[in-house]
Amino acid sequence: MQFVSRHNKNKSVTVGKAVDRYPHQLQLYTDPPTDNISLREFEDFAVERLKVLKAVETVGVRHVKGSKDYNEALTKEFRTLNVQGIMKSITSRHRQPPDETELLERRKDHISHFILRLAYCRSEELRRWFIAQEVDLFRSRFVLESKDSIYKFLKLNNLDYQPISEQEKKDNLSELQAASPRSSSITDYYKVPFTEVLDLVKSRKVYLRSGFAYVPDNELIVIIISVFRSKLSRALAVTCRSLPQLEEDDRLLPMLSGLSKRYLGQDYTNKKALSGNITVEMIDGLSKTSFPLCMQQLHQAFRQNHHLRHWGRMQYGLFLKGIGLSLDEALRFWRTEFLKKMDPDKFDKSYSYTIRHNYGKEGKRTDYTPYSCIKVITTNTPAVGDHHGCPFRHTDPELLKQRLQSQMMSKDVVDEIISLCKTSHYQLACGRYFDWSHKSDTKFNPNHPNQYFEESQHFLSGDRMSQNDKADTQSSQNNVKIVQSQTFSQKSVSTPPPDQTRDEFDFDEDTDIEMQNTEIPEL
Amino acid sequence: MATTRDYDSSSLPDLLPLYYKRLFPYGPYYKWLNYGGVPKTYFTHREFSFTLKDDIYIRYQSFTDQQELEKEIQKKCPYKIDIGAIFSHKPKDHKTVKAAAFQAQEKELVFDIDMTDYDDVRNCCSDANICKKCWPLMIFAVKILDRALREDFGFDHLLWIYSGRRGIHCWVCDEEARKLSQNARTAVAEYLSIVKGGDSQVRKVILNEGNYHPSISKAIEIIRSSFKNYAVKLQDFLGDDVKLNKVLQLIPDEGFRKDVADALEKMDDVRQNSSARWTAIVALTEAVKTKGEYRKCHSVVEEIMLQYCYPRLDVNVSTGVNHLLKSPFCVHPKTGRVCVTIDPDDIESFDPFAVPTISQLCDELNQSEVGNEDSGKKRTKDYRQTSLKGPVLVFDGFLKKLEATWKGRLIQQSDLKREF
Ligand code: SF4
Ligand SMILES: [Zn+2]
Repeated sequence: MQFVSRHNKNKSVTVGKAVDRYPHQLQLYTDPPTDNISLREFEDFAVERLKVLKAVETVGVRHVKGSKDYNEALTKEFRTLNVQGIMKSITSRHRQPPDETELLERRKDHISHFILRLAYCRSEELRRWFIAQEVDLFRSRFVLESKDSIYKFLKLNNLDYQPISEQEKKDNLSELQAASPRSSSITDYYKVPFTEVLDLVKSRKVYLRSGFAYVPDNELIVIIISVFRSKLSRALAVTCRSLPQLEEDDRLLPMLSGLSKRYLGQDYTNKKALSGNITVEMIDGLSKTSFPLCMQQLHQAFRQNHHLRHWGRMQYGLFLKGIGLSLDEALRFWRTEFLKKMDPDKFDKSYSYTIRHNYGKEGKRTDYTPYSCIKVITTNTPAVGDHHGCPFRHTDPELLKQRLQSQMMSKDVVDEIISLCKTSHYQLACGRYFDWSHKSDTKFNPNHPNQYFEESQHFLSGDRMSQNDKADTQSSQNNVKIVQSQTFSQKSVSTPPPDQTRDEFDFDEDTDIEMQNTEIPEL
Repeated sequence: MATTRDYDSSSLPDLLPLYYKRLFPYGPYYKWLNYGGVPKTYFTHREFSFTLKDDIYIRYQSFTDQQELEKEIQKKCPYKIDIGAIFSHKPKDHKTVKAAAFQAQEKELVFDIDMTDYDDVRNCCSDANICKKCWPLMIFAVKILDRALREDFGFDHLLWIYSGRRGIHCWVCDEEARKLSQNARTAVAEYLSIVKGGDSQVRKVILNEGNYHPSISKAIEIIRSSFKNYAVKLQDFLGDDVKLNKVLQLIPDEGFRKDVADALEKMDDVRQNSSARWTAIVALTEAVKTKGEYRKCHSVVEEIMLQYCYPRLDVNVSTGVNHLLKSPFCVHPKTGRVCVTIDPDDIESFDPFAVPTISQLCDELNQSEVGNEDSGKKRTKDYRQTSLKGPVLVFDGFLKKLEATWKGRLIQQSDLKREF
């Protein structure tokens, strides 16, 4: 893509050429654009697509994806956005054959997508966000397409899958139907390597045999989405690697990083402001007034057992770092508690390393980021002996009920929270909990445990709610800070866990020493 | 039969040199990890890590060939060897390449099943301890996972290893498995995980009403076939009221839970035992089902069986390409037992308490020396003259099948070359 700084360079797409280039309103964004575009256009396109993605995100947090409510909310949201272009293809019927406006929209869809790739390829967190929203956007557009249109799209992109034969279907019918309950005898099945439909494998929604997944036609979209996702994910990695070249263009660099920052909201990675304000003695008190439930749970478990397992230490330790516990205080905090059950030697050998590691003082010296809600909710599902995770997601409804009641919560609120959990609205449930425990009516929805903490502190010190809560009040106009509120059900590229082995050969009863983290100099 | 008592962990430093000199099966071991040299860098770019005496831990070891591997192991006499990924560069050179360029590329898909993860459903032991009453859990695990990995995922080359103390490992060595991405590994591990949730979740298995996924149905059949023997006989899992209560907690429908509790309480004293209680729970469930109140109890029996017996994977071990796992044929420093291969088809007869310890092996070696002093014939490898023989034979069988895969590849490659 060439960037030209002359303003308002006229649109040079001619319809004839464009039909070839954009034969379908849906795209897999395989080839980058080759047009010349002006800087002004560059920024407009980008901002417009961001608004769209932001809308996709907001709706995704509130509604179950793919549900009727979701689709309606999305359409409504796009209408209010009133953006020309990209979204037209969702809100209006397509003209056949496409006229010039339609083609310009496709072009904008294409180019704006590629611009955001540049802005959002630079970090794991950004990529994760971008992929999640683009995938949801693609999905919501895909399901609106007619059968014919989908067929055409698949053909155009060399994705023509063939259903299995009637005979093969007959031979496996009972297994096929048991694996995919929504299928019937007229369902067609597509046989693909299981690696192409990981989402369906993961949730056991397909029949697997000898490495092949038998995907019922109503789940065909999963295959397409998976192609879309993996292409995008790979492309972002490539873009990221080639970015340094681009950055020599000093007109673009500030704009790109501005774009990603402006729309991703608070970045807890580089937040230094709070560091050092919190001492060990304050933690007990704060845990009662300002910790979200997930951290309360970890704190109590830690005080009770004088121990936390790996992911618990990570989730809690990084959170504490985020609220301003300095490294020295952190060491003091963990040490005191651990030593109630462990000898100092062992602590120093096996645990203090991880803590220093979290603060970027050991190993690769990366400063680790506190986990966001989405990360807590979707990754590292707790197992036996664990206390991490999100209580709204990972606790038995019965047990959660008991716990909330023991905090003297009234039945109405408990019921409301439980029903939010049951419909997978974990963050909304957490927001409700916030309002209840603060006796407030902020309608604040957390997307980060540290944000929860800060909101609570603001609130208690009498400040008005900080700008964050406005995330949900459709203020997607220019220059308004839009904060990321990620959705729980996105399937995202997960952060690779730090190297570690876990094996039974520990030096003690403890089952999860990350000895592998202890990079002892080579001999 | 040798017991752990014969082994004294303070003797380890004295025994390891002999073990690594004469007993460790380098030949087959190298043959495995070299994968026929397809591609050539497969062995040289593989990370090994050693844990030495006093917990000194060295990562990023790599070797050019079997000889160098042997030499290093014998020199360092590691207490533990871990096997890591195949990297983009030789791991020992990792300091000389840019951190971003040094990347883990492939590794076997591995599984780690550890008895400590079953503490909430074992009545006999906890933590690192195991006994004959809980070992059947590992038998279930091998049978269920072995079936699923072969039939569902189509993998053929599974290496099962006893981890020397309280668990088992599985190395899936098919080429497709070694090339899996992190996401794919996660998906496989999730597919195989049915028991979910931490300490705040009592009911850890939740099945949908209606037909179960074929993979779950097959697991249930495997468990059902020896559930009575294991849960009722060995574990006595409904033997007292505390245990009974734990099981009742797993019934989601409050009304039905109460009905079952009442019915059980009314039974005669002589029938207040695991066997009669379990029979009663199954019968009550059936009765309610036939009455048409299917919803109330559709999967109660199956969920209980799965929660008590279904394999519990440490998912984190499986997902990372860069995750290290203890190598087969290491010696567990606490028990002295060798991490031997297990034949999955004969898992029933595998006895973890009969696995040879390092001290036993060294004794056997000395004995055979005495008897064989003057036989000038070609010497068989030392490990084949001790109790390691059985496990090495299992390993041989695994390798033979594996070899066939790269023989095919090598022929292909040389055919290509011959074309011009
Ligand atoms: S929603 Fe976020 S902040 Fe609230 S409990 Fe869950 S993870 Fe913690
Ligand atoms: Zn036991």
